[in-house]
Amino acid sequence: MKKNLVIIGAGMASGRLLEHLTDAQGADWDVTLFNAEPRGNYNRIMLSPVLSGDKTYDEIVTHDDDWYAERGVTCRFGERVTGIDRAAKIVRAPNGDVAYDKLVLGTGSDPFIIPLPGHDLDGVIAYRDLEDTEKMMGMGAGKRVVVIGGGLLGLEAAAGMAARGADVTVVHIMGHLMERQLDEAAGYLLKTSLEGKGISIRLLANSQAILGENGHVRALQLDTGEELPCDLLVMAVGIRPSVALAKEAGLAVGRGVHVDDQLVTSDADVLAVGECVEHDGAVFGLVAPLYDQAKVAAQTLMGEDASFVQKSLSTKLKVTGCDLFSAGDFAEGEGREDIVFRDPSRGVYKRLVIKDNVVVGAVMYGDTADGNWFFGLIKDKTDISDMRETLIFGPAFQGGSPADPLSAVAALPLDAEICGCNGICKGTIVDAITAGSTELGAVRATTKASASCGTCTGLVEQLLEVTLGDEYAAPENAAICGCTDLSHEDVRRLIKTKELKSQPAVWQELGWTTPNGCHVCRPAVNFYLLADWPVEYQDDPQSRFINERKHANIQKDGTFSVVPRMWGGITNANELRAIADAADKYNVPTVKVTGGQRIDLLGVKGEDLPAMWADLNRAGLVSGHAYSKGLRTVKTCVGTDHCRFGTQDSTGLGIKLERALWGSWTPHKVKLGVSGCPRNCAEATCKDVGIVCVDSGYQIGVGGAAGMDLKEIERLCEVETEQEAMDVVIAFTQLYRENAKYLDRMYKWIAKVGLDWAKERVVDDLEERAALVERFELSQSIYRRDPWADEAKKAQQKYTPLADLTLEAAE
Amino acid sequence: MNWLDIGAVDDIPLRGARIVKTKVGCVAVFRTAEAEIFAASNTCPHKGGPLAEGIVHGQKVTCPLHNWVFDLNTGEAQGADEGRIATYPVRIDDGRILLDATDLMAQRAA
Ligand code: SRM
Ligand SMILES: Cc1cc2nc3c(=O)[nH]c(=O)nc-3n(C[C@H](O)[C@H](O)[C@H](O)COP(=O)(O)OP(=O)(O)OC[C@H]3O[C@@H](n4cnc5c(N)ncnc54)[C@H](O)[C@@H]3O)c2cc1C
Ligand code: SF4
Ligand code: FES
Repeated sequence: MKKNLVIIGAGMASGRLLEHLTDAQGADWDVTLFNAEPRGNYNRIMLSPVLSGDKTYDEIVTHDDDWYAERGVTCRFGERVTGIDRAAKIVRAPNGDVAYDKLVLGTGSDPFIIPLPGHDLDGVIAYRDLEDTEKMMGMGAGKRVVVIGGGLLGLEAAAGMAARGADVTVVHIMGHLMERQLDEAAGYLLKTSLEGKGISIRLLANSQAILGENGHVRALQLDTGEELPCDLLVMAVGIRPSVALAKEAGLAVGRGVHVDDQLVTSDADVLAVGECVEHDGAVFGLVAPLYDQAKVAAQTLMGEDASFVQKSLSTKLKVTGCDLFSAGDFAEGEGREDIVFRDPSRGVYKRLVIKDNVVVGAVMYGDTADGNWFFGLIKDKTDISDMRETLIFGPAFQGGSPADPLSAVAALPLDAEICGCNGICKGTIVDAITAGSTELGAVRATTKASASCGTCTGLVEQLLEVTLGDEYAAPENAAICGCTDLSHEDVRRLIKTKELKSQPAVWQELGWTTPNGCHVCRPAVNFYLLADWPVEYQDDPQSRFINERKHANIQKDGTFSVVPRMWGGITNANELRAIADAADKYNVPTVKVTGGQRIDLLGVKGEDLPAMWADLNRAGLVSGHAYSKGLRTVKTCVGTDHCRFGTQDSTGLGIKLERALWGSWTPHKVKLGVSGCPRNCAEATCKDVGIVCVDSGYQIGVGGAAGMDLKEIERLCEVETEQEAMDVVIAFTQLYRENAKYLDRMYKWIAKVGLDWAKERVVDDLEERAALVERFELSQSIYRRDPWADEAKKAQQKYTPLADLTLEAAE
Repeated sequence: MNWLDIGAVDDIPLRGARIVKTKVGCVAVFRTAEAEIFAASNTCPHKGGPLAEGIVHGQKVTCPLHNWVFDLNTGEAQGADEGRIATYPVRIDDGRILLDATDLMAQRAA
């Protein structure tokens, strides 16, 4: 007699199992196949081509009615199994129960729906089955869609609907797309390319609520209050093994249904395959291992000996219309090394992760031709020590004598393009070199290669080296650091002209050789980006020196000093009392009056900072930025308020300037002084900006210093009114912010550009002055705020230890 | 091995670090990439700088006091500087950071 086999779920795993089982000779089963979806097995992973219109549903059906009929499978499609009675060995279903000898669970996964208010509105869907796909296919021109989730599924959904003309916005909580599979540089390129298809991408965006109208979705609201209107909202934020049925039936269930190596659950007559299972602690989300499971489960049912073994999984990914490849593993692990190659002109990025002379991961964007070759190296664990230097150039460069890193350049054909901007190929450059252009400047002058954006400078230099050999003397290195060949000036210029608005954009477009910079370039690039794109760019604390990250000065013993602002050096009893109280409460060992007319509390423990700031905030005291490359102090004298010689209100002007400029980030620190008369008690003549008040108005000087160099200010101009004085100082500061090299004090920058150049813009050209002031104000609309108040409120955790194992020991 | 759950990966900012207090001094836990964690002594062998406060780049950290750079894989100081920091095994499991506390709890109270 035939035995009864019941299968719950007609998915990719159970479909494969059925093939194995019915292909086999003498298979002796009466099979009943249930599926909640009103159809049989189809290739779920091809839903995206259906969505984008590249395929039809019929083309992705794997098993049609004839197939089931031929193999005698009883189909119960569109019927969701409601229960399993293991004692009676019966499966309960709406149109009648079915008895089984063996049962297979293949229920797959349930998409995770974030329980946001409004998640149950009409028009809020996941991306899992044909129904979802069909709803998305209804979104064409004139329709607006929001997709939550910038992972593979979310982007496939977005790309598909965008291809149909819908107006699509992707909302992603992380800092870059597909963060599990891609690094930031590839994520940046992917974002750029999706934006090129008209999809708008919102990173670091937190969803707060789904808003509806008449029971139908109307918009997604972010935690900033912003509303993104939509006709359809797709949530693609992850999946959970579908275990409800198994759990209710009393089977052993963890994250998924527990199975052994034979795919048998805790009940010997029940097997499980696919995404619903948990095997040896792992759950699954891609089809490759599920096919292995299906085969083993079929063998188990046929009484054969077989075991399922988890393979170290390499995934290959592809997002519709984007040339993207990612394989292997980037997560966890020690002893790893990166090889990075970027060709900004072609939008190419390649990164290999090497461990113990074996490639363990590869990310490629823009040129994925060698993807499979690298995938092979990963799978075969090939020892790559012999080809390390040229590995990244792919199989074409292997073999021969690859030990020399220059051989890759040497191996390029003469018609290979080197300079994308000017269309100059290798042959032209080599000809110029042999004709006598033996250094970079000469090559630039004769061929124009690397004379525009400059990103191919490295390649041109290598050509010089290859062609001239020992005769070539490398130029003095004006590069920012070892991560790039570009100078600060070049990077600043390119950030503006190429409109680079994120660090990954800079790393990629300017050809950084490291994955994410170093302690030298990161702070500089972070500053350049926020100075040029105050609104678009988000400041990155992790690219700042500890003082600017923790808003206090680190001391030699790892404690910190705290300097509250005293506007223009003016304080009062209330503030002083708060400072005294804080000194007591937090056991501050040293209280010192600084050289900048304020009080320094030295020796504060890092974890006490937020609480101390909150206390100081309550008395109205804010950060003095004694730690920042930004406005430090505005030193003033008593001026007309009290002094018999005072000509103008120097204290008042000082306070106004400090209130206008505080919080702004600058290339180096900025200190101001305002003296009420030429006696100059505020030492204004050795500050970055010094104002000396006179009867007729204000003498404004710039470029003073009294640190490692002693410099007297140079006169910028004289103005009559306080407002003019403010405008000139603000405009000059903005000019400095927009143009100076990171870590050049004002006097060093002036020495480079010339005081006259600055005067033309700030003093003579009133329109330019007004524009500079306006740009400064735009930036200050974001940065003129007290970091202490912000940090005390929301960032407490970064000041405390992650864990305390000393307590653990006490049990 | 004595794997202790010390917190979530997301508790550490990307390219940042937090410390874990232990009987044998502070351990710095670095997050070098979305899902990549290293643990090492927090104390710079030069003059005791707190390494968790340094700038994290690639799989390295720069000491905040005088810019020594350490490779987090080996703990070795890079370039011309000579010195080494102790490193400790860590792994990530389902978004949680597990630290091998075998060496850190050596002086566990009786
Ligand atoms: C606290 C203070 C000394 C004091 O006890 O008075 C001070 C303390 C430090 N100064 Fe200063 N400077 C202080 C006023 C000055 C002054 C005088 C002034 O501002 O009127 C100068 C000379 C004027 C000038 O800047 O031109 C001064 C020139 C420097 C320099 C040299 C800058 C230069 O470009 O040459 C540095 C080094 C640097 O910035 O790279 C420096 C750096 C430092 C640092 C931040 C060193 C560091 O990086 O850790 C010191 C922090 C100590 C700590 O642990 O808190 N400090 N420093 C003063 C704080 C003023 C304030 O209220 O914010
Ligand atoms: C759009 C999309 C693209 C994908 N792309 C890829 C890719 O490129 N590469 C890759 O490897 N993977 C991809 N995947 C993942 C892959 O599709 C899944 O890993 C695979 O389908 C899982 O197979 P399964 O048999 O476990 O479950 P499923 O294929 O989900 O099948 C489970 C079936 O069980 C049914 N069911 C559940 N409960 C019951 C019940 N109580 N009664 C009756 N029936 C029930 C469900 O309706 C469903 O039809 C993609 C997934 C999606 C949604
Ligand atoms: S003068 Fe030197 S020692 Fe004194 S506070 Fe300034 S930096 Fe420190
Ligand atoms: S203490 Fe770390 S470099 Fe000096």
